[in-house]
Amino acid sequence: MKFIHDMVVSEVETLNDAYALLKLIPIGANLPPILPGQFVQIRVPNSPDTFLRRPISVNFVDYDKKELWLLVRNAGEGTRHLIESQPGDYYNVMYPLGNTFSLPQSKDDLSLLVGGGVGVAPLLYFGKQLHDKGYRFAFALGARSAGDLLLLDEFSKYGPVHISTEDGSLGEKGFITQNSVFGEEVAHIACCGPTPMMHAVAKIARQKGACCEVSLENHMACGIGACLCCVEDTRDEGNVCVCTEGPVFNINRLKWEI
Amino acid sequence: MGNLKVNIGGLELQNPVMTASGTFGYGDEFADFMDVDSLGAIIVKGTTLHPRQGNPAPRMAETPAGMLNAVGLQNKGVDYFIEHIYPKISEEFKTTEIIVNVAGSTVDDYRAVCEKLAPLDRIRAIEINISCPNVKQGGMAFGTTCAGAEEVTKAVRAAWPKTLIMKLSPNVTSIVDIAKAVEAQGADSVSLINTLMGMAVDVKRRKAVLSTVTGGLSGPAVRPVAVRMVWQVAKAVKIPVIGLGGICNTNDALEFIMAGATAIQVGTANFLDPRTAQFIAEGLRDYCEENHLNDISEIRGII
Repeated sequence: MKFIHDMVVSEVETLNDAYALLKLIPIGANLPPILPGQFVQIRVPNSPDTFLRRPISVNFVDYDKKELWLLVRNAGEGTRHLIESQPGDYYNVMYPLGNTFSLPQSKDDLSLLVGGGVGVAPLLYFGKQLHDKGYRFAFALGARSAGDLLLLDEFSKYGPVHISTEDGSLGEKGFITQNSVFGEEVAHIACCGPTPMMHAVAKIARQKGACCEVSLENHMACGIGACLCCVEDTRDEGNVCVCTEGPVFNINRLKWEI
Repeated sequence: MGNLKVNIGGLELQNPVMTASGTFGYGDEFADFMDVDSLGAIIVKGTTLHPRQGNPAPRMAETPAGMLNAVGLQNKGVDYFIEHIYPKISEEFKTTEIIVNVAGSTVDDYRAVCEKLAPLDRIRAIEINISCPNVKQGGMAFGTTCAGAEEVTKAVRAAWPKTLIMKLSPNVTSIVDIAKAVEAQGADSVSLINTLMGMAVDVKRRKAVLSTVTGGLSGPAVRPVAVRMVWQVAKAVKIPVIGLGGICNTNDALEFIMAGATAIQVGTANFLDPRTAQFIAEGLRDYCEENHLNDISEIRGII
C-alpha cells in the first residue's frame, strides 16, 4: 500500500557543500512498512522551477523515532531547496514507491553493497536489513575524495566498509571497482551509483558469476507507473517503468552492453 | 446542493471531472491515494490495435510550469486491454465512467479498435486521439487537417454506436474549423487540448533533451491557450466541449467551465498530486453551494 503524507522536517544534517541528510516525520500518521531500495516522491513547494515531484531513495528508516531519512544531493533547483530545509519545514511525500533489493541466496557467501556518490543512499537501509537477518556482507563505497564519502559512521554500524577514493585521500586509491575486496569470492552484488560505475560493477559481476542488482535513476514524472516517462528497455518485456518494475533490476534483465 | 451531473452526448457523468488519457494509467495506480469512484470519468491510456513499445528514453523534460513528454503511445494493445485490464477495472470502479482513449496509425486501425471495444458494457464512451504529437504515423496527422479529422470521425462513427468524443490538437491554425468538421461527421463531443508541440535543449550536452527531439508540452504553461481554444470552440459548436490543459485546482476547472466547457479533464496535475481530480470534484461541489447554484450549468459559457 502506498501513502501520501504531509511530513515535518525534524533534522537537517549538512554533510558537505553538495549533500544533506533530511530526517522527516509524518504528521498524524505512522510510517508504513518500507523496504530497502524503495523511494519517495517529494513535492518541493515555493520553487517555481520545480514543477514535478523529486524522486529520492530511502536512505534509512528509524521506526523508533518515526523518522524517514533522505540523503539529498544538490542537483538543481528542487534538490537545492530540499538541502536548504530547516527543521519545522513541511513536505508532502508519496511513498513507499518501487521495488526492493533481493535478499542474497546464501547467508554465508559474501555479498557486496557497492555505492558511489548519492547512490550510497539506499545501501545503508539494505545493509541494516542484511545485518539484522545475519547475512555475511560488506559495503564497498567509492568517491572522488574523502570529503565526498557520506555517512561512514552510519555504514560502519552494520558492516565492514571498504573505501576507494580517486585521489587516494581515504581508503584505496582508484575506482571502487579496483578495490581489493573484489578480489574475494563474491556471490551477490547490490549496486547504486553513477551509470558508468554500475556498468563497470555489472561487468565484474558477470565475470565472477555473481548475482547482481542495480538501482536505476531514470528521469521520472509520476513515480507510480502512470506516465510511462521513466522507462528502461528490458530483454523480457521491452520498455518497463523504472518507478514500478524497479528501481532495482537484475542486470540480466537489462540490455546493457557488459 | 447544486447539481454537478453533466451529459456528454448521452453519457451522464456524476460530475464534470475526468482524468486525461495517459496521465492516470488505468486508474488502479491511483486507488491507494484517492477514491477513483468520486470522479465523473477516467480516460484510460491511449489504446492501439497492436502493442506499442513507444519511444526510447529520455521521454520527459521538466519545463517552466509544465513538462514535455514523448511517450509515443506505449501500450499493450486493445486485446490485452480487453482480456486483462477491463475485467479488473470494470469490477474495481463502480460509479465512475470508464472511457477508452483510442489511437491509430491508419483509419482502419481506429475502426478495428472501436469494433473490438463496442461489446464492452462498461465502456460507454470512447475518446479518439487524432492529436498525439509523438508518433510518426497517424496521430496528429489526422487531427491537423479538416479532411483527416473528418475521415477518422466518419469511420469510427460507423463502428461505434455509443458516445464518441474526438480529442483535438492545438497544433493547428484553426481548431474551430476542425471541431466543426468532426461535429458535422457525427461526433458527440470534442475534448481539447492535447499537448502543444515543444522542444527543450540540454545546452551542456548540446543535444535535444528528448530522444525524439520534439515532444508534447502540458501543464499550467499551456492553460491560457487551452482556455482560449475551449472558449472559441464552445461558441462555434453545439456538441458539448470537454476542456483540458493545465488544470491543477478548482479555480482552473471553473475557468474552463465559464469559458464553455461542459466537463473538464485533469492531466499533468495527477503527477503533482494524485488526489487532484478528487479535490476538484469536491471543490466544484463546494463552489456550487457557496454560490447558491442549483446546477453547475448555470455558469457554463458565461464568458
